[in-house]
Amino acid sequence: MSAVTQDDLVRFVYREARLLDEMEFDQWLALFTEDGHYWMPGEWRQTDPRLQASLMYEDMLLLRIRVERLSNARTFSQKPRSRCQHVLQVPQVDEMDEAANRYRTYTPFHYVETRGDEKEWYAGWARHELAVVDGALKIRLKRVDLVNFDAPFGNIQLFM
Amino acid sequence: MTRYRGNPQAIRDLIRPTEVHRDVYIDPEVFQLEMEHLFANTWVYVGHASQIPNPGDYVTTEIGRQPVLMSRHSDGTIHVLYNRCPHKGVKVASEACGNTGKFFRCPYHAWSFKTDGSLLAIPLKKGYEGTHLQEKEAVKGLAPVGGVHVYRDFVFARLNPVGQSFEEFFGDALSSIDNMVDRSPEGKLVLEGAPSRYMHPCNWKMLVENQTDTCHPMVAHESSAGTAVSVWEREAAKGGRKPMAVEVYAPFMAPYEFFEKMGIRVWPNGHGHTGVTTSIHADYSAVPGYMDQMVAAYGEERAKRILGENRHNTVYFPNIMVKGPIQTLRLFKPIAADKTLVESYTFRLVGAPDMLFERTLMYNRLINAPTSIVGHDDLEMYERAQLGLHSDGLEWVNVERLYEDGEEPDATAVINGTSERQMRNQFQAWAKFMTMSMDDATAPAKSGAAA
Repeated sequence: MSAVTQDDLVRFVYREARLLDEMEFDQWLALFTEDGHYWMPGEWRQTDPRLQASLMYEDMLLLRIRVERLSNARTFSQKPRSRCQHVLQVPQVDEMDEAANRYRTYTPFHYVETRGDEKEWYAGWARHELAVVDGALKIRLKRVDLVNFDAPFGNIQLFM
Repeated sequence: MTRYRGNPQAIRDLIRPTEVHRDVYIDPEVFQLEMEHLFANTWVYVGHASQIPNPGDYVTTEIGRQPVLMSRHSDGTIHVLYNRCPHKGVKVASEACGNTGKFFRCPYHAWSFKTDGSLLAIPLKKGYEGTHLQEKEAVKGLAPVGGVHVYRDFVFARLNPVGQSFEEFFGDALSSIDNMVDRSPEGKLVLEGAPSRYMHPCNWKMLVENQTDTCHPMVAHESSAGTAVSVWEREAAKGGRKPMAVEVYAPFMAPYEFFEKMGIRVWPNGHGHTGVTTSIHADYSAVPGYMDQMVAAYGEERAKRILGENRHNTVYFPNIMVKGPIQTLRLFKPIAADKTLVESYTFRLVGAPDMLFERTLMYNRLINAPTSIVGHDDLEMYERAQLGLHSDGLEWVNVERLYEDGEEPDATAVINGTSERQMRNQFQAWAKFMTMSMDDATAPAKSGAAA
């Protein structure tokens, strides 16, 4: 692809959220690099996903397990199924380093996850670290920090 | 209407040898009596000494629904105190943990207390000259709980000042804590990493029972662990080592025969553990360098014995579960008959390689967190049980699996791993500690004014 523009990054972040809202999880997984990670820290300003406690720190294998599970006939916690909606602020571009092939964005968001008659609200900040792979932007790391990461949640079953 | 208060026989009647009445899970009055009796008469886990290493350090928590704080005094001793100013009742410490310095100071009227709870000072004290304050309980400071016992840095408390001693209550069950601590080459654990907190709209005992329920994993966790296994089987064709995450997930799909063979041990007073001969933790890959450290610390024979113990879940009645081979502790905090806060804590083995702690943290987020798909499977079942038990179709819950006539309560025994014996053990203990101090209440009323 030609040089990545700020507009490309913003559109990418919006499209990613829309795929989740539309439950197009296979297309969503395809947005990640093969060594990509999805990270939800469990500590304030967490720096280490391995030796500090996280809510999620998942590679592609673990993300595929999650996605495959969602449609399994015996996934009882998805009967009825969950749905979700993202409301994003305009993503801010924190870094555009073409030489290093590293692009970083910062996107405050509100997120609703529903199941049956229950509805849960979450708020936080999404940080995307993107790279151009085979001519397309891909996610190396999606980091989701919740405002209340330390609260006792019920089941969080989809992706923020 | 009170059906159970002051009626210990009605409480005992809720527990049959092989069945449990649904009121044990859904009745608010039974829950209230649990808070007053069960959680007062038993030794309840409060916290770990490594959370409060320095004088002035404190942690706030609850025993049942009683707000308490655990503090480190200037002489190094640990105190468990009711978190309630003796003046107006304000909670003196509000944060989960911190360091209060040399004294606690109530934020309302600045009454202050030493870190052992004793009253330090009251502002404008002359306003009490000529009053009877000196005769009041308020001048004693923050009230201590009935008893505190620190066992290898695990802090337990009993609200009731009288009752079974710590040793009598736990007995040989403490061997699971011993094994977890001994897994450190230095014989020391530190609690590290934020606890996973997970809210469950169900009764706390469902969670405790599930710790020794070995007939559900291959059914309830087919969706999570089962999917993990099948996705990995596809990925494995590409080559490479089995990832740590798959080692954590896959054993949850072990067949019934595996769980039958691994055995369950029960101890008196409601304690017990799964995984006597082997367990879902037995086949983790060796961590480079760890065995050498253990041999250097303990000698080869003892090191092998320590690491050869692969106990699965040890329930310390009433409300914690300890997992030695993965260094976690889960605390099931009752909030209401149908609401429970689950806190899962992770320990670092002092002196051991980082990779062990990495595995502990991974286990905790893959199995115990609100974002854990294994957790989603379990919570779904608890929620459905909490709702289903309101059905008038049947009032009794069955815990009869592998029951044997004449089964002795309060005995140590090792049985088939798919037995519901440990659940029966817990309910026998439940009835015992629920009614232990109720009988006094039904004794003929003492003459004169209440004390």
